Amino acid sequence: MGRFKQQILTEALEIVKLYPEAKSATIPLCHLAQSVDGYLTKDAIDHIAELTGTTPAEVYGTASFYDMIQLHPVGRYVIGVCTNIACMLQGGYELLEEAEGTFGAAVGETSPDGLFTVEEVECLATCDRAPCLHVNYRYFGPLNAEGVAKLKEDLIGGQLESKVPVHGVLSRVKRQTPELIPMDEVDNLRASEDASKAERTSAQGGSNA
Amino acid sequence: MPSHMGKIVLGRRSLENSHELDTYLNSGGYEGLRKALSMNPEDVVAQVIESNILGRGGAGFEAGRKWSMLKKATRRYLVINGDESEPATFKDHFLIENDPNQLVEGTIIAAYAIGASRAFIFLRGEFALGLERVQEAINSAYKIGALGRNIFGSTFSLDVVLHPGAGAYICGEETALLESLEGKRGFPRIKPPYFPAVIGLYGEPTIVNNVETVSNLPWIVTNGGGAFRALGEGRSTGTRIFALSGQVKNPGLYELEMVKTTFRDLIFSEELGGGLRDGRTLKAVIPGGVSAPWIAPEQIDLALGQDEVAKAGSMLGSGSIIVMDDSTCMVRAAWRISRFFMRESCGQCTPCREGSSWIEKVMARIEAGAGREEDLDLLMDLCDNIVPGVSWPPAQTTICVLGPSIPSSVAVGIRMFRDEFLTHIKEGGCPFD
Ligand SMILES: Cc1cc2nc3c(=O)[nH]c(=O)nc-3n(C[C@H](O)[C@H](O)[C@H](O)COP(=O)(O)O)c2cc1C
Ligand code: SF4
Ligand code: FES
Repeated sequence: MGRFKQQILTEALEIVKLYPEAKSATIPLCHLAQSVDGYLTKDAIDHIAELTGTTPAEVYGTASFYDMIQLHPVGRYVIGVCTNIACMLQGGYELLEEAEGTFGAAVGETSPDGLFTVEEVECLATCDRAPCLHVNYRYFGPLNAEGVAKLKEDLIGGQLESKVPVHGVLSRVKRQTPELIPMDEVDNLRASEDASKAERTSAQGGSNA
Repeated sequence: MPSHMGKIVLGRRSLENSHELDTYLNSGGYEGLRKALSMNPEDVVAQVIESNILGRGGAGFEAGRKWSMLKKATRRYLVINGDESEPATFKDHFLIENDPNQLVEGTIIAAYAIGASRAFIFLRGEFALGLERVQEAINSAYKIGALGRNIFGSTFSLDVVLHPGAGAYICGEETALLESLEGKRGFPRIKPPYFPAVIGLYGEPTIVNNVETVSNLPWIVTNGGGAFRALGEGRSTGTRIFALSGQVKNPGLYELEMVKTTFRDLIFSEELGGGLRDGRTLKAVIPGGVSAPWIAPEQIDLALGQDEVAKAGSMLGSGSIIVMDDSTCMVRAAWRISRFFMRESCGQCTPCREGSSWIEKVMARIEAGAGREEDLDLLMDLCDNIVPGVSWPPAQTTICVLGPSIPSSVAVGIRMFRDEFLTHIKEGGCPFD
């Protein structure tokens, strides 16, 4: 695709509206683009720049800083194996090796069938389930060799479809709320709240911070 | 359950579907916010000051005092730090997934207390399920009138926005987090100003608080700051979640009254860590995140309190505790930590960027058996270049404290386990392989 189309474009415009400054929407929009293409395409970068009032260079500059934003196509499933300290102590490197073998891709590479990309990642904040890994940011652990084999089978067999969406889809829950209160309306509210607070504190001799 | 097992932030842990709104409402949910709204904002601040809750993000700054430092301005922001990427820290992840309504309620209470114009909950991008759960909780809050215009019929109005990160440890540092939230690279800001409370998001005064910190607020407001302060000891009040990991029988989260438990109890007591596995002995403990100096087996009678651990020359930091038994190669452990810093340095400061990669290189060659005896001096020299005198707490030579955190595990590793380093060098390989 490239540029956002209809429904996704509507969603993108909603996201931009959540922030007092449009540039803040850059990363959420990168995630949105990845949910369609699995990675951040050149066209998507251009479109995000338009939507956020920035330049493609700025979008690229931001995107390239972050591990989760892929600038090249990746597999349908990105497998991130944690080898950080708590996982390492419980066999994180052995798990990484197992994952490379089972999914048929060395670290940083994608299996020939285009299904799996394997990455070595830092702590996933799931250390009580060490050694662990994520598949498209859904967590599994503790895992041994059989566990990895079963995981691959289940992914291919579709048993994990509801738990693990395709790469790039982060959250399937959309924001469903009324329109945000305009900032100038909030400014007025806060100004009058501050004024009544000042009155209260001066009535108390200003002792209350 | 031992009496020191607290039940504040993890109070809903045993409930089924603890993340759902119904469960939340049936277990005291949103009572804290209702009570807060019946008080003046400054009285809510006073309760939080009274509780003396220390920030749970790592730096341990009093939340009430931070709020009082917020610079006067009509527009000000609240940002919740849910970046949790500190190795072996996994408490916020649990709170986010399993009690997201409590997090949202705590956020609204904090926003009311400081009069935030808008609140942002910044979650680490990797928390996919967490992003879904917190968005559900936000959606529910609007539905029941806890967000939007005139919250619960009061004059207070607020919007909360959930913001996903995209994978960078450094975004946990509060000024990097704000840069990231502004749509930029996660580069920590040059200080001063030291506090976002003066210049924060979009240049406006901003309070940044950790997920666990604000998750305590509904309880504090409902029960009063005094009730919180009655728990714990000295400056370390209330309970705290300790994340236990590594080579221990029962890794997991333990909410404990501050100071009332020792490292030994946490690791060895049957109801808690359950001890080490199959006849292993304890070699070292890493408290408070990988920046913290290690604790020796002789030191584990130390109490789990902020000042207690600081006095012993380390830090309680993020509340994570990594247990290493005698099957662990300490060179490998220190190497892996240095590798983490090398990968996560944002690259702005030379001592941090260059220092981390040099240290990692030398550590890797020692572990691989290609080290030389002079390497130990070289490592200490590299550490000294980042933190003059390799002091603890470290001297600040860089924009943020990631840089000065790099030396501690390597320096402490060499100090505590020099023989093990030398064996690697003399035998030309890792004795644990
Ligand atoms: C390198 C670095 C990483 C940090 N990571 C986190 C983090 O993941 N979560 C967090 O709450 N605080 C983190 N902090 C601390 C924050 O800068 C900040 O002190 C904290 O969010 C304030 O909240 P609190 O006062 O409620 O603890 C980090 C600090 C540094 C220097
Ligand atoms: S100390 Fe390291 S992580 Fe912190 S700003 Fe400097 S280079 Fe970046
Ligand atoms: S060290 Fe692997 S999840 Fe924390």
